[in-house]
Amino acid sequence: MILGCKLSAPVKMADRPVPIVEKRLLDVKLGELVTWIGGRDATPNGIFAALRRGHDRYYNKYINVKKGGIGGIAMLLVGYVAISYLWEYDHIKHDRWRKYH
Amino acid sequence: MVLSFFDQFMSPSYLGIPLMALALILPWTLYPKPTSQWISNRVLTLQGWFINRFTQQLMLPLGRKGHKWALLLTSLMIFLITLNMLGLLPYTFTPTTQLSLNMGFAVPLWLATVLIGMRNQPTIALGHLLPEGTPTPLIPVLIIIETISLFIRPIALGVRLTANLTAGHLLIQLIATAAFVLAPLMPTVALLTATLLLLLTLLEVAVAMIQAYVFVLLLSLYLQENV
Repeated sequence: MILGCKLSAPVKMADRPVPIVEKRLLDVKLGELVTWIGGRDATPNGIFAALRRGHDRYYNKYINVKKGGIGGIAMLLVGYVAISYLWEYDHIKHDRWRKYH
Repeated sequence: MVLSFFDQFMSPSYLGIPLMALALILPWTLYPKPTSQWISNRVLTLQGWFINRFTQQLMLPLGRKGHKWALLLTSLMIFLITLNMLGLLPYTFTPTTQLSLNMGFAVPLWLATVLIGMRNQPTIALGHLLPEGTPTPLIPVLIIIETISLFIRPIALGVRLTANLTAGHLLIQLIATAAFVLAPLMPTVALLTATLLLLLTLLEVAVAMIQAYVFVLLLSLYLQENV
């Protein structure tokens, strides 16, 4: 007879409670979203680290590949054009609505 | 109002952050850092090849002492070429159309070449003010003229880059407006104007690259005189 208690269901790693702020965004429940945002590291170092992580993800997925095409840089440039348009919208809307140029 | 065509050069800002900040940071993000891998990705290979060729070509006329400037001149060239080319995309802002930026590049670098010349070889540097073989009566006038030409160099460097890019952007906007307005009225003329616009855009691409190159080339020439 083996002395020892065997639980009805085996305990996996994922069942242990993880602090909310350390979860990845897609694992956070909707109710915990505010706590998650509030607990993130918003110091300049933290922001740089987040930008660096994002940049590394993009770079390793689209550019640092054996046979990269024009898609990697093209997506970046299209995103830049889109951001520029949004940034200048207040200024551009006058061009569209002006009667005489 | 005719003045509205110049509105595209006003530095736009959103929530207090000028778009110039994004436009200036973008070239830095576009060029990845070389890794210690033996064979890297295509972007890095192309980039490395271009930078090596360009630096080699630029440093040919300069002696050993001029090679200290390799990093500065090559990075300046890449920065300017990227800024110019990115400015040709729609809705983007070109920082090199601002005279302040170009003078900020031209004046310190030109002054550095002059000071280096004056410090290391003052006789030769001052000797550049008088071309060889001038007739004696002309010497005083020529020295004045050469001094003026020396001091005009930074202004010329900055204004050349600004004027070329500004004029190009303005022309593109003018012809595009013309084609757009003519399209419902006279379609054939609008088609001709659109063809002109296409050719002009190709010219602008070339001008963007050439102007950056000329800037750096002239600086290297000034450096060569003074080294």
